Formats: sequence, structure tokens, C-alpha cells
Amino acid sequence: MYKYDQYDQTMVDTRVAEFRDQTRRRIEGHLTEDQFKPLRLMNGLYLQLHAYMLRVAIPYGTLNSAQMRVLGDIADRYDRGYGHFTTRQNIQYNWIKLEEAPDILADLAKVEMHAIQTSGNCIRNISSDQYAGAAADEVVDPRPYAELLRQWSSFHPEFVTLPRKFKFAVIASDTDRAAMRLHDIGIQIVKNAAGELGAAFYVGGGMGRTPMIAPLIRDFVPVDQLITYSEACLRVYNRYGRRDNKYKARIKILVHEIGKEEYSRQVEEEFAHLLTQGIEPPAAELARIVPFFADPPFEQGAPDSIDRSDPDFALWLDRNCHAHKQPGYAIVTISLKPVGGIPGDASADQIRLMADLGRDYSFDELRVTHAQNIVLPHVRKADLYGLWQNLEAAGLGTANLDQIGDIIACPGLDYCSLANARSIPVAQKISERFAAPEKLAAIGELKLKISGCINACGHHHAGHIGILGVDKKGVENYQLSLGGCEGADTSLGKITGPGFDEDGIVDAVERATDVYLTNKQDGERFLDTYRRIGMEPFKEAIYG
Amino acid sequence: MVKSQFRFRADEPVGDPAITVDNFGEQTNAAAVRIEPGDDARDLLPFLDRLKLVEINFPAFTDGRGYSAARILREAGYTGELRAVGDVLVDQLFAMRRCGFDSFAPDAALDPADAEAALTRWGDVYQATADGRHAIWAKRHG
Repeated sequence: MYKYDQYDQTMVDTRVAEFRDQTRRRIEGHLTEDQFKPLRLMNGLYLQLHAYMLRVAIPYGTLNSAQMRVLGDIADRYDRGYGHFTTRQNIQYNWIKLEEAPDILADLAKVEMHAIQTSGNCIRNISSDQYAGAAADEVVDPRPYAELLRQWSSFHPEFVTLPRKFKFAVIASDTDRAAMRLHDIGIQIVKNAAGELGAAFYVGGGMGRTPMIAPLIRDFVPVDQLITYSEACLRVYNRYGRRDNKYKARIKILVHEIGKEEYSRQVEEEFAHLLTQGIEPPAAELARIVPFFADPPFEQGAPDSIDRSDPDFALWLDRNCHAHKQPGYAIVTISLKPVGGIPGDASADQIRLMADLGRDYSFDELRVTHAQNIVLPHVRKADLYGLWQNLEAAGLGTANLDQIGDIIACPGLDYCSLANARSIPVAQKISERFAAPEKLAAIGELKLKISGCINACGHHHAGHIGILGVDKKGVENYQLSLGGCEGADTSLGKITGPGFDEDGIVDAVERATDVYLTNKQDGERFLDTYRRIGMEPFKEAIYG
Repeated sequence: MVKSQFRFRADEPVGDPAITVDNFGEQTNAAAVRIEPGDDARDLLPFLDRLKLVEINFPAFTDGRGYSAARILREAGYTGELRAVGDVLVDQLFAMRRCGFDSFAPDAALDPADAEAALTRWGDVYQATADGRHAIWAKRHG
């Protein structure tokens, strides 16, 4: 894991002091709310329906147990005993008092954490593959590159007021676990024929009201030009991204309107110029960062066999554990999606327990996933049963990773001032409807994602089944879409037809899964069957 | 003419009124020009040696195009006065300074103590720009 040096620490400490001063000036009336808003947003502080919400950055979703424990303590001390893990691998607290926000930031800074640029029209916290450093299929750990980008993007003076928010994802596997092509910039670290590392840049993806899959803008940027090329991408966007309409201000609209060839040409021109400006950190800086992400001291020859005699454990093992690059180890995903629960929520006690388990079972390391779960990346297979027993006892042993109950949902109208409809009750009802283990087993992998408004924070466009909450003449209404997918075969879901009320959408989801179960062929997932037979049979069953 | 509230230059301020970018190319003796958010700062690059003042207007502080315009001019070697005018606020001063602005004429006067604090708060920076500061990575590997 990356460790701050004196420079990094001073930067976050300075930011705490600056934000304390800004908050004081707001409370004393020197700043209007309109003037204060972008300042607090750049520090992750939103004014929601009932209170302030604070979003804390978890760079590339990686944290240690001391950091995780502080997240639990903050939930107790400043919130109502809960934290909510988000689709951007961050955590947010929904019941924050403005005057306490600077103190929370000070608590975070003590464990090398912050809320810098977790919202606002700036470069946001950088996300990555939750299996980074543990997956067997990566060419290299993507996180050192994400850390290089984190430092470059923090307080970047030219990009403090972009046309709109800007999200990076960095991966280094062909299997995309980070929805990379649905980001403003998706970077895949690759190796060329000569064995050199470089970055493939996908620019202009995103969800929201105009979902787009990012096109490839350049297939190989040498890693020692990564920052310069990123800066060129951002400068073209800052100068020419639309500012006349908030809903057309994301870079995806610019790339779409001028075309990827023209955007790429402008970036190349700016890149050629910026290469003369000496803005790229030296190779020594990357070399300084890389060792922080070295493998932990794995036990050589750790046993590979697992006692599967407890059927509940065996089920969890099959559902929630993933192959590790190191023999004798596994990657464990802790589901934050218990039946009837709020997706991504964890109590302060659960957060602290996960911190302890990360310390005891996973070399002090945890990850947050964009699907709102927690990963223990490096667990000895011999320890899995003991770990699972601990999780079960704390209500964290749900065996449903990537199944219909593993729902992504935004906070929705229960909390969010932008929402048109509630997301949480729909998620709860669906997970209850599909709670029976036999039903879950029959349906298998099915990614269901719910957004409470067109901004698509719940990634509904990328759900095998997607649900979008809209406001229909003052009544909450839910649109159903099918066939969305993130990853290497990214696709966007298609709307089935007219929307439903809260109970109606749960019935419609069940009818869609019935169509799948009737039609599925050997080994097909819901998505595969949908892609093979198309929308019509689903429409007939849902509306017929 | 617009008067700066803060100016970080030793030379005498230019007295000429700043003209628009459109008019600038035709007036071969003009030494002061004002860039609006939609203007291309690169249109001025052929004339840098006769320019003494460039004003960059921020009609709304939320429109950040002027930061890129400023850097483009400094990166091209412009050494004259670079003045931020319009909706310029305390909490934008430091980023503006880093992008090359050396003079500020806010629509509404800023509290001098707040401005001083904002400009001196950050001892180190993560990025290299044309403002001459050494980025943190340069100090780490000095």
C-alpha cells in the first residue's frame, strides 16, 4: 500500500486548514452559498435532502485496516452509526453537520485519508480494479499509475472548474472489473510487442442521461508520458467542452459531437506542445511508487485444498471467492447486500470488524468495489473457513456475489436531492423476492442495478437488468431495461417499454427471470440468453 | 481602464485600455488585449512581443477556460502582465497564480487578509506549470 511521505501529509493537512477557513468564512457570512458550494463540493460535501453528506475518497479503492477502522469511528462519532460504500469505491456519510466537517477531515488526515475532489466539476477520485495486485490475469498492478494520476490531479490549478465532473479508471487486465469504458477516461495498462508498458486511452465514456461507451483514442501512450497525455486530454476538454448546458457538458458529448478522430487530433497537437514543457514526473517517481504495491510476504507452499464439508460454507466459497495469482490463496468478496438490506451500507461495528479481519486475514489490506462490496484481497485458503465464520456471525456472510441479490443501488430519494424516485426500497423488495437459495442458484449470475434518477449513479445502463426511477406526474415510476453490461463486452441496456410502480417493477423483474429460466441453454447466463433471443420474448412476458 | 487590486510585478502598469481579440489583429500598435472565455488564446501567439497586458475575463467564476488561456500564454513565453478580471474570488487566487496570472482585478474587492492567506497557504504543489515552482516530484528526486 502507498504510504504518504512528508509532502503528501502536508498537502492533506493544508487542505484541512484551508477547508476549516472556508467553512468559517461561510458560517460568518463572508461567502455566499453560491460561492461556497463549489468549494465544499471539491471537498466532497453535498447538501442533501435532510443534512450534509460527506464523501470520503478511497483512492483506487484500496485501504488498510487502520483507515477502515477510522471510517467506522467516523460513522459512530459524526453520523448515525452507518457508512455507505459507493459505486466510485468511496464511502459516504449521510448525516453530517457542516461545522463538524473540518474535524472529520482532520481525523481522516491522521490516517492518510481525505475527501479531496470527491465531487464538484474537477478530476474525481481515481478508481481501479478491486482485484489489483491479486488477480492472475493482470500485466502489472495498475495502482502505481493510479497513484501517479492521483497526485497529478490533486489541486491541479488548470482544472479546478471544468465544464463538468471528470472520472478516471485505471486497469491492467483484459478482464475489466472497473467498468473502465464507462468513464470519462478509461486507461488500460498494456504491454506492446517489445514488452514495454504503455497506456491505452479510452476517452468519452459515461452513464448519466446520455450513456456512451468510450472509444479508443490512442492504443499506446508510453508510461513515461502518461501524465502529459492526460493533461493534453484534459486541456482540450477544459477549452472546448460545452458549458452552455449542464446536461451536455461531460467530455463524452464533446468527443461525440466533434468525433473521436478530431478529438484525438486536437489531443495529439496539445500533447506535442506539452511534451516540450517538462510537466512529466521523472521515471524515478514511478519507481518510487511501485514498491509500495509489492506483493505481501505470501507463505510459500500454503495448502491449496479446502474442506468443503459445511454446505453453507461451500456455497459462500463458490459464490464469493475468486482465484488468486498465488497458490494457496484466494480473493474474498464480503457482500454488503444481505437480503432486505440497503446495498453498500455497513454499520460502524461491521466496518471495524472488517478492519480487524483485513488485518488478521489479508495482510492488513482491504478494497472497496464499484459494486459496493468489500474485498479481502489476500486470504490463505486454509483460513477461509475461520474467516467465513466471523463474517456469518456479523451478518456479513451473504453468498450472493454477482447474483440478483447483489444489487447496485444509489441512495435515491431517501437521501439524494437530485433523485426522482427511491432506489433503496426497490432493492430491498427485489432481494427479498429472490431470497430463496434454490431460486438464486437457478438464476446464477445476474447483475441488477438501480438508479433513482437519470444521472445513473446506480449504473442502471450497465445492468443485465437495469431499473431507472423517474418522476411521472408526481408519482415514482420505474423503467426496466435489459442487456446492459460492463467489462470487455460493454453494452448499454435497452428499455423494455412503459414503466411500473414499485410493486410492479418487482413483478416485472421476476417475469424477466422466468423468461430466462424457460429459454436458457447449457451454461448461459441471463445476459447470454437475452443476447441470443432478443427483447421480444421478454416484452411479451412482461406486458403480454 | 481596469485597476488591479493585487499586482505582483515591479514594472509600471500599462495605461492602454484592453481591446477585444477580434480588434487586436487589426490594430498593429495595440499593447493590451482582453480575452473572453470563448476566445482562442493561441490567436495572440504571433503578437506576444508587442503585448504588455493581457486581461482574461471570468464572467462567472465557474467557467474555467481562462486558466487554460493563461497557461497557454505563459508556456509560449509571454512575460507581460496577465490580469484576471471579473468574477475573481479569494479561493481561486492560488490556482490562478499557478497558471501564470500576476495581477488581479476582481469585480468585488477581496478581503486583503483572506487573499494573503489563500496565496501563501500552499508551500508545495504536485504539478509543474510555467510559474517556476518545483513540483513535489522534482523535490523528491532533486
